[in-house]
Amino acid sequence: MTLRTEPVTVNIGPQHPSTHGVFRLRVTFDGEVIQEVEPVFGYLHRGSEKLAEERTYSQVITLTDRLDYVASMTNNQAYVLALEKLCHVQPAERGLYLRVIAAELQRIASHLVATGFLLQDLGAFGTPLMYCFRERERILDMFEMLCGARITHSYLRIGGVFQDAPEEFWPALRIFLHDMPPYIDEYEQLLAENEILVARTKGVGLLSQEMAIASSTSGPVLRASGVPWDLRKADPYEVYDRFDFDIPVGTAGDSYDRFIVRIQEMRQSLRIVQQAVDQLPGGTSVGKVPVRAKVPFFIRPPVGDAYAHVEAPKGELGFYLVSDGSIAPYRCKIRSPSFINLTPLKEMLIGWKLADLVVILGSIDINMGEVDR
Amino acid sequence: MYGIGVLKGMAVTLKNFLRPSFTVQYPEESLPQHPRFRGQDFVWYEERCTGCASCAKYCPLGIIRIVTDPSGVATPQGDKYKVLAFDIDLGRCMYCGLCVEGCPYDALHMGSGFERARYRRQELVIPVEELRRMPKRPSTWFRPQMETKGYDPRMGKELPWQEAGRHEAPDVEKMKERWVKER
Repeated sequence: MTLRTEPVTVNIGPQHPSTHGVFRLRVTFDGEVIQEVEPVFGYLHRGSEKLAEERTYSQVITLTDRLDYVASMTNNQAYVLALEKLCHVQPAERGLYLRVIAAELQRIASHLVATGFLLQDLGAFGTPLMYCFRERERILDMFEMLCGARITHSYLRIGGVFQDAPEEFWPALRIFLHDMPPYIDEYEQLLAENEILVARTKGVGLLSQEMAIASSTSGPVLRASGVPWDLRKADPYEVYDRFDFDIPVGTAGDSYDRFIVRIQEMRQSLRIVQQAVDQLPGGTSVGKVPVRAKVPFFIRPPVGDAYAHVEAPKGELGFYLVSDGSIAPYRCKIRSPSFINLTPLKEMLIGWKLADLVVILGSIDINMGEVDR
Repeated sequence: MYGIGVLKGMAVTLKNFLRPSFTVQYPEESLPQHPRFRGQDFVWYEERCTGCASCAKYCPLGIIRIVTDPSGVATPQGDKYKVLAFDIDLGRCMYCGLCVEGCPYDALHMGSGFERARYRRQELVIPVEELRRMPKRPSTWFRPQMETKGYDPRMGKELPWQEAGRHEAPDVEKMKERWVKER
């Protein structure tokens, strides 16, 4: 005679450290093994899209800072690009290069957070996270030089950036570019060669190439599954077609690959920043070349709509703007990468154990500010 | 073979152990801010302010309240509105700096401090009297003329309004010409 066993349903979150925000998962376990997953969002919903309809176009830039709050620069970039498309504004050349430098530094900062928190989730409490945050701190210091804020930048404006970089930014950037590669090697050494970490991430949370494409994932999650899709190459925006860089791709599509892809992307970002500094019109002199096209603050775009997307650190971030000719957007739709990257969550989680859930969720690198908007 | 990766990881930790520490003990010592840092203690030069309320209009949250009376005299511009109330609700402010960007007379500046925590929300509202007597250590955010002069709020020196400079002094003749052309 066999005894019937009951599956147990457990709520993980919304206050759970491994969920990277207020993300709730209702998980049904058969003993230790995950049987059924039901994600519950909305705990951080602030109605950004609706709020945008009540702000003027320039004021919405401050709202976009709060979507993915560890990568505000790319949020600004996506919104500003959509707005420039809508208004047919030609941005200043130097402003575009400054945007690229800022966006790539932001990508490094965001990937550092992802790497640090993966190691934290795996039990290496504190130490590796502090290593990653040490370098992130330097990037944030540089952002403070650029725009006076560390997290909520609002640096980009329609037609360029709000102000030229100060003098002391360029030496700081040069030292950073010189110091960073050995640090990235260190993270790789910590990450890739540790047997415990390899045992816990290799082959865990598999996402096949077909499934990754079918569930329209983007960013490192998609590239780790072996799809070389990067909007900077596939649909070059701004001045990305002038730089020489590679798209790192994984092979297996497991948690390990997703992190190796992120580490390699940091190296590529450093390459792009270096090239952008070399090609920068006006060089490192301050205030000689305009960084911002002359655009009124209360801009009235012609009636119409525009969609622009950028390769944010977490994937494709898109803004769809509809204008009715007034000073405020009629509709502002945000396609956020973290939200859509959660689509294959069920496929990735079912069959794995509770301890793997933390790793898999960490490897997708979600940000709740962006998921709930 | 287990253990090699762990030893390599420990080598990284040992290397970092020998590096100088990068954390500071905050209340005793604090990290310096860049002059562009958008801080909390707003700097307002009443001599320059005409009470046009551009800052209130530019603010995405509408947290600036201005009440004016048409009887004041602005030192540089001449006629102006007398500012009776100029309240900034720091409890809701997100320090985006759009009010500073919008100010046509360079009268409002971001501050340079970050330690304005209070126990009550009411105390987070800066009333006009406090704004008048607050130390004038403006941030150089959106004020390139201060940057070229090399002003640094961290040095602790107050900046009187005569020295704050204008980022683009509007030429009256040019403005008149433009106005005529556009009509």
